[in-house]
Amino acid sequence: MPKPHLALLAALLAAYGIQHFSDHIDPYHLDVLTGIGINVILAVSLNLVNGYTGQFSLGHAGFMSVGAYLSAAVTLFLGPKLLGEDGGTALQQGGLFLGALLVGGLSAALAGLVVGVPSLRLKGDYLALVTLGFGEIIRVTFQNVEFLGGALGMNGIPPYTSIFWVLAFVALTVFVVTCLVHSTYGRGFLATHDDEIASEAVGLNTTRYKIVAFVIGAFFAGIAGGLYGHFKLTITPTGFDFTKSIEIVVMVILGGMGNTVGVILAAILLTLLPEVLRPIAEYRMVLYSFLLIVLMLVRPQGLFNFRMRKAKA
Amino acid sequence: MIEAFNFPLSPFNFFSVSEFLQQLLNGVSLGAIYALIALGYTMVYGVLRFINFAHSDVFMVGAFIGYYMGKLVPEGTLWGGLGVLAVSMIGCAILGMTIERLAYRRLRSAPTLNVLITAIGVSLLLEYSGQVFFGAAPRNFPALFPVRNFAVGGLIVGSNQLIVIAVSVILMIVLQLIVYRTRIGTAMRAVSLNPKAAVLMGVNNDVVISFTFGLGSALAAAGGILYALNYPSIDPLMGVMPGLKAFVAAILGGIGNIPGAALGGLILGTVETFVSGSQWSTYKDAIAFAILIIILLFRPAGLLGRFTVEKV
Repeated sequence: MPKPHLALLAALLAAYGIQHFSDHIDPYHLDVLTGIGINVILAVSLNLVNGYTGQFSLGHAGFMSVGAYLSAAVTLFLGPKLLGEDGGTALQQGGLFLGALLVGGLSAALAGLVVGVPSLRLKGDYLALVTLGFGEIIRVTFQNVEFLGGALGMNGIPPYTSIFWVLAFVALTVFVVTCLVHSTYGRGFLATHDDEIASEAVGLNTTRYKIVAFVIGAFFAGIAGGLYGHFKLTITPTGFDFTKSIEIVVMVILGGMGNTVGVILAAILLTLLPEVLRPIAEYRMVLYSFLLIVLMLVRPQGLFNFRMRKAKA
Repeated sequence: MIEAFNFPLSPFNFFSVSEFLQQLLNGVSLGAIYALIALGYTMVYGVLRFINFAHSDVFMVGAFIGYYMGKLVPEGTLWGGLGVLAVSMIGCAILGMTIERLAYRRLRSAPTLNVLITAIGVSLLLEYSGQVFFGAAPRNFPALFPVRNFAVGGLIVGSNQLIVIAVSVILMIVLQLIVYRTRIGTAMRAVSLNPKAAVLMGVNNDVVISFTFGLGSALAAAGGILYALNYPSIDPLMGVMPGLKAFVAAILGGIGNIPGAALGGLILGTVETFVSGSQWSTYKDAIAFAILIIILLFRPAGLLGRFTVEKV
């Protein structure tokens, strides 16, 4: 991309524009679009870890839940104190929401650091399992924190998520990930993916690259979690179990690991698919899992990956 | 017992001796089931070096075959129960071999990640098909075996617990005999040690791998029925948690190591039972993963496994 900053600016303006006309859009379509946006953020951020850096993580839903819970805690518990009785102006609410999202994202990034430092010493299957384990531990922990609603989860989260916020953060995520992997520093992620031993031999600190990718991925997962919480208005620990992680991983695989455009397309497709398949509701998940197996057998490099780069383990 | 003397940070100090033995018995019978499932994971990992995520759903299918077969035989008879157990084991062996043939065989030389995703896909397929064909609502598992409780000292020993332990021990002895005393067992060990060399020695890898899947799935089916006897509410997602925990047990014992899987299962089952009997019972699902993480960070080869260095 020649002028990524201009593209980001254009995307933010477009998001603002769509927000402006959102009254004229069917609410159902708006909801689907919001869902797509949140999934795109999740998939693109996971792609930085699983795709570009080649570290297979199955714990993305865990980081998403950290973001969802902490940002919801900010708006629920701090919000009334900061905004006063009348709920504040739209601008104040927006500021509070932005702050809440950042708190969610940063705490998820912190969780990513805590999880990443020990587990990124492992490889392949083992890394997948440890991240899965950490994701489940995060879930069980939230189930036991009474302050955050325990097993019942949190209710009555204010509906701050609008189409503007979602699209703006989609643009920001894509911008950060794209610029990062195309920067000089970011070549290190690709090198770590391609051949870890060779990268170490030429002096790259592969452990640091893996951790940086993990932390950035977790940050955006946290943001997506915050958007999700203020969109659904109710969050429960079971909504972030490892089925959710797998759902995000499937988007990354389907799009073709390390291919941002493909991953975005896959996230859109996989969010729309259940909506389109609603008439055959009972069988749609059977069909979905069947397609996943067939895809792996017939087109292991991903649905939208047209470069003939040989996939590496 | 006096409440005031309970030091809050120590979860075990309010177990009396008989309570302790009771929990130990419960833990061992849960551990035996984990061990049966863990054996399947560890054997498949031994020959193919990948995590068969679908194993936990074969376990679920085993329980459901038991549920449907249980309607055909008179309830609460020993021969009926054993017959159902045998049918379910055979059914799941066929299922396991079919999965290997259709999904995994074509990916023999593919990157680990693709095989892992395929395994997740097979797992989801079995779960969702289960929800369509068996229904998503939990069902009551019939009492297949005669139920009687024996009081030994202060302990209550359920006949189901005895059956779980007896069946598991017998199956593990049979497995040990197959692996170390038969030709196919020798071939399995050969493939697990070095697949290429095994082929050169005239071992048919496809047959061995297929057999391994059959054997592992049969053990999972037995585990499913025994699990359902003790926790008689079955649903298509029942395999997820026991499956993950059994996999942790396999890693704990050293993946690819058969006695290790049995040991890991027993340790995990016992620890989990003690935690769920303590004031930290709500954390019982987290304890398995905490053990997993500690083991992988400090002794990745497991308790009985051998540590291998990666060669460039």
